[in-house]
Amino acid sequence: MFDLQDLYQEVIIDHNRSPRNFGKLDDATQVAEGYNPLCGDKLNLYLKTEDDVITDVSFDGSGCAISVASASLMTDSVKGKTIEQAEQLFQDFHNLIMEEENPGEEQMQSLGKLAALAGVKQYPARVKCATLCWHTLRSAMQGDAAPAMTE
Amino acid sequence: MSEASTANDLKTPLLDVERIRQDFPILHQEVNGKPLIYLDNAATSQKPIQVIEALDKYYQQNNANIHRGVHTLSERATADYEQARGKVRNFINASSEKEIIFVRGATEGINLIAQSYGRTNLKAGDEIIISEMEHHSNIVPWQMLCEQTGAILKIIPINDDGELMVEEFEKILSPKTKIVSVVHISNALGTINPVQHIIDRAHEHNAIVIIDGAQATPHTAVDVQALDCDFYVFSGHKLFGPTGIGALYGKTALLEAMPPWQGGGDMIKMVSFEKTMYADLPYKFEAGTPHIAGVIGLGAAIDYVNSVGLDAIAAYEQELLEYATEKALEVKGLRLIGTAEQKASILSFVIDSVHPHDIGTILDHEGIAIRTGHHCAMPVMTHFNVPATARASFAFYNTFTEVDVLIQALEKARKVFS
Repeated sequence: MFDLQDLYQEVIIDHNRSPRNFGKLDDATQVAEGYNPLCGDKLNLYLKTEDDVITDVSFDGSGCAISVASASLMTDSVKGKTIEQAEQLFQDFHNLIMEEENPGEEQMQSLGKLAALAGVKQYPARVKCATLCWHTLRSAMQGDAAPAMTE
Repeated sequence: MSEASTANDLKTPLLDVERIRQDFPILHQEVNGKPLIYLDNAATSQKPIQVIEALDKYYQQNNANIHRGVHTLSERATADYEQARGKVRNFINASSEKEIIFVRGATEGINLIAQSYGRTNLKAGDEIIISEMEHHSNIVPWQMLCEQTGAILKIIPINDDGELMVEEFEKILSPKTKIVSVVHISNALGTINPVQHIIDRAHEHNAIVIIDGAQATPHTAVDVQALDCDFYVFSGHKLFGPTGIGALYGKTALLEAMPPWQGGGDMIKMVSFEKTMYADLPYKFEAGTPHIAGVIGLGAAIDYVNSVGLDAIAAYEQELLEYATEKALEVKGLRLIGTAEQKASILSFVIDSVHPHDIGTILDHEGIAIRTGHHCAMPVMTHFNVPATARASFAFYNTFTEVDVLIQALEKARKVFS
C-alpha cells in the first residue's frame, strides 16, 4: 500500500495552490490547447521562442492538483531551455512516471523539482493528469493546430 | 464534524441491510487496507450471489444456443432465456412479451430506436426534444439521426437545482415535435423527472416519447402501461445484473411498423437471395446469438430486486440520501450539484480547493469507491460551470455507517489541501 503523501507531496500541494507561470502570455509565438476527454481537464499553453530557445512559457485552464502542479513545475523547468532540451526533459519525465525502473542519478538531477511527481507512477489512472501539460507543450513546440489529447 | 446522529439512530426497519449485504460477496473485502465502501452504484451496481449463481448454472449445466436446437440443452437454455423475458415484462408491466427486446444496454436501446424508428419516420425540419441533463447516450444518437435526416434537436433547459424547466418544454413543443426522449432519473444529478407529465404533454402533440430508465429501474417501480410511454430502455448492470445486457420496451404497434435494425440469424423466418422474411416480434430485433447468460442473469437480478421490494428499497435509499445530504452539507466548502426536490440516492458535489479527481484518489485510499468526472453528462457540467464533480451514489446495501466514513474521508481530503 502506498502512502498518500507520496502522491501529494508538499511541493505539489504548493504548486497547486499557487501555480507558477499561470495566465495568458500576450506575446506568445505559439499557443496550444490540451484536453483530457476522460476527466475534462483543459489546459492552454502559451509559448514564446526565439531561435529555438523557450524564452517564456505560461499556462491556464482547469484541472486536478496533479495536473495543475505538473504544468506549474513544467513551465518552471523548461523556461530558458532549447526545444531539444525540453523534448529530452519530457522523455526523462515520461520515464520517471511510466517506467518500472527509476531513472539514473544524472536524469534525476536534470529533472530537479519534477521528481516530486514520481509518486504518480503508483496511480495509473492519474498518470495522464501529469502528462497532459507535456503533450500540450509538445503540440505548441511543433505548432500543431489540433488540440493535444491524452486519449 | 458533528457526531450527534449516528448510524444506529436512523437505521430503518424496512430492510435487513446486514442480511442483504451477505448476498453480495464483493462487498466483503479490503481495499487499500480498509473495508471496501462501494458508492459508485450509478456507474454500475454489484451483483448478488443469486445472479452469479444463475450465470454459473447456465454455463455449467445448460449452455447451448437458443431457438434452434432440438436437443435438451438448447431447450433448457431457450426456456430460461424466454422465462427471463417474462420477468422483464412483469418488472415494467409491459402488456406483452413481444414488447421486450433484449439489447446490450440502454445505450443500444436508444440507438436502435433512433436508427429504426427515427430514420423511417423523421424528415428534414422535424424536431426531436431532449433535455440538458441527458447522459451522452441520449444525446449523441439523436445528433447522428439529425445529421442523417435533417431533423433538428431541441433542448429542455434545467434550473440551478438541476430540475427540468417544464414551462420551457411547453414552449418548444410544437406540431414539428416528433420525438421526445428524456431521462427518468439523472445519473449526474439524481433528479427524478416528471416523466408522466412530459409523456402526456408530448402525446397531445402526437410526438412519441422515449424514457431512459438506466438509473430509474434500480430505485423505483416502473409501469410502462400506466406511464403510456412509447419506449422505455434500461441496463441490466445498473440493476444488480450482468454487464452487456439490457432491455428495450416498445409498444407493439410501433415495433411492428419499424424495420429491423440489424440483420442476421434468429431475426428471420426465411431467407433466399430474392426475398427475406423477417421474424415476428420480439425476434425481429434480436439478430445473432444473444447474450444468453446475461439475459438469464438479468432475470435473476429482477427476482432478487423483487424479493427485497422496490418500495422498501426506495424508502431506505431516501433515508440514506437525506442523512448523507445533511452530513455532506456540514463539510466546509462543499457544494451540492443537483438539489432537486425529487431526487434519487445520488449525491454529486464539489469542494472548494479540492478537485474531484483528488477527492477520488484520497477516498480510494480509505477504501471508498466514488465516481469523479463529468459522468458522461458534459452539458450538465457546463450548466453548473464545473469541469467535473465527485459523485457518491447509494444502493440498498449501503449503510449509514458507510456515510459517516465517507464524510470523515471528505474532511481528510480537505485537510490534505488546506
